[in-house]
Amino acid sequence: MSDKENPSGTDQETWERIAACPEFESLLASKRRFVVPCCVFFLVYYFALLYFVGWHLDWMKKPVLGKINLAYLFALSQFLMAWGMAWLYMRKAATYDKAVAEILIRETP
Amino acid sequence: MTIAMFLAFVIATLGITVWSAKKNTGSSAYFAAGRSIKGWQNGLAVAGDYMSAASFLGISGMIAFFGYDGFMYSVGFLVAYLTVLYVVAEPLRNAGKYTMADLLAYRLKARPVRAAASLSTLTVSTFYMVAQMIGAGVLVSTLLKEYAWITPNAAIIGVGILMIVYVIFGGMHGTTWVQIVKAVLLMTATFVLSFLVMREFDYSFSKFFDAISSLTYTKGGEEVTQNFLDPGMKFGAAATAAGGGWGPLDLISLGLALVLGTAGLPHVLVRFYTVPDAKTARVSVVWAMVIIGTFYLLTTFLGFGAATLLKPHLITNENMAAPELSHFLGGDVFFAFISAVAFATILAVVAGLTISASTSFAHDFYTNVLNHGKEVAPEKEVKIARIAALFVGGISIALAIKLQTINVAFLVGLAFAVAASANLPVIVFSVFWKRFNTSGAVTGLLVGLFSSIILIVLSPSVMGIDGADVPAAKRHLIQAQAIFPLTNPGIVSIPLGFLAAFLGTLFRREPESEAKFAEFSVRAHTGLGAEKAHDH
Repeated sequence: MSDKENPSGTDQETWERIAACPEFESLLASKRRFVVPCCVFFLVYYFALLYFVGWHLDWMKKPVLGKINLAYLFALSQFLMAWGMAWLYMRKAATYDKAVAEILIRETP
Repeated sequence: MTIAMFLAFVIATLGITVWSAKKNTGSSAYFAAGRSIKGWQNGLAVAGDYMSAASFLGISGMIAFFGYDGFMYSVGFLVAYLTVLYVVAEPLRNAGKYTMADLLAYRLKARPVRAAASLSTLTVSTFYMVAQMIGAGVLVSTLLKEYAWITPNAAIIGVGILMIVYVIFGGMHGTTWVQIVKAVLLMTATFVLSFLVMREFDYSFSKFFDAISSLTYTKGGEEVTQNFLDPGMKFGAAATAAGGGWGPLDLISLGLALVLGTAGLPHVLVRFYTVPDAKTARVSVVWAMVIIGTFYLLTTFLGFGAATLLKPHLITNENMAAPELSHFLGGDVFFAFISAVAFATILAVVAGLTISASTSFAHDFYTNVLNHGKEVAPEKEVKIARIAALFVGGISIALAIKLQTINVAFLVGLAFAVAASANLPVIVFSVFWKRFNTSGAVTGLLVGLFSSIILIVLSPSVMGIDGADVPAAKRHLIQAQAIFPLTNPGIVSIPLGFLAAFLGTLFRREPESEAKFAEFSVRAHTGLGAEKAHDH
């Protein structure tokens, strides 16, 4: 099968109608508003760890919980952050699924 | 004992292969397991594909030798999956068919884009595979050292033949199940090992962390006491000044390659084609994150356990920290089990790499570049992929045997750097930027690929002057002062990849690509028209 064919048989007109419908545009806008800040957040949070571990060793070496230092706690918090962000995405994605289902029911035969 | 466990794993996985071979009817079955893998199963398979021997053995060893800094790899490997989840997994599943290039070729000119993407895929996979196989050779011959006939060469050939068999006969279905079995074994081993470590400390975290924070061992003939929880033993300015490294900047560069590279690793990406739809792909990333995160959290016990219980100076080398720890804690039987798990880990990862490389060759290069995307009979495409698997496997065996006397640790870093610098920029632009076009994709892929390779060759990973006492396996490939100061090129090559893809796009206008963006966007975000699951 070549790349330019549509295996689904969806015609050009349907694609363009969906792309232009306000619900689809608001879905994309909503995704953008959610995904971009989230990506910025987790990248900043992750590189903050590398930055502090690289250039602020004195702070990071401070024991805070028994012998456990700030550096190790910061690293552990990255695991919680990653799982938390995954949970957040799953929750948000469920609303996208709903929006998509509505668009497809209305716009496709 | 050890060899019996190795054989048990080999027999079990060959059983899976025979069972899968019956299901391999048609190309969707062979390349994408009929898109019938469940979310949790694919989560385990993604985890299995990802947690290489470099993770299990390498990170444990790195923490055992460099303390906290080794743990930095663990953190990066997990956070990386947020990029996969937020940016790549769903559009890829919706718009593609078998390979990363499908996503790009959807609205760009197929032949040049697929040729470049295939080149990048084959490069990443081959480098990664050669590194794994050289590791396998050393590891297997060390673990089975009572059998003199198992030399590193014999082990490399054995591992190579097995992976070719899995891929040729088992296809994606068989390879996926090998990953699942391996992931379960690896998680079990890691849990048991962590539990045994904590038993030594009466299950008291405070005793455990007390031991880590004042660890006395012998270094350079002197007894030293060090806090292994303190950062800086590997990437600190003092630690790297001797080697002429850039310390913290190296850590940032590595972090960039890990966090952005994972979402461009071909053998991880192809996994999302094995599930029925984008929603399942999303669920499988979250499953993978739970498994991978738990595993990397537990490397705390493996690595610091080896450091405190064995002492760094008594561990043979970085790769042997986990196996030697298991011997110390659980005797011969447990050592045999952990060794077999390490062996399973390597086998599964190389099989995953082989199938993604051969799929890209057959689907991207053969069908769409050589045959201009003309209808190729599915049986023909599968046959080409099987032949490609044989060649990819053969070439990797030959390269691994040829290169095993040099230090190849840089090859894994290179794979991540190429994935982040060449693959990720074009994936992101192709999904989110309407104006993006063929010339942008080709320049992005090629500049990302070659800048990573060139910078690695000029870096301290490849270039350096060794004293006469440095053993062959640790010698630098080129005996001269390094020209590029960082061991990982990410911090330069990733922005270069993005910039090249951006400028390459501005260089020309491609109305066809822009016209097709509406269709692509609808398909990528709604899944309308996406490849469906097949019943066997």
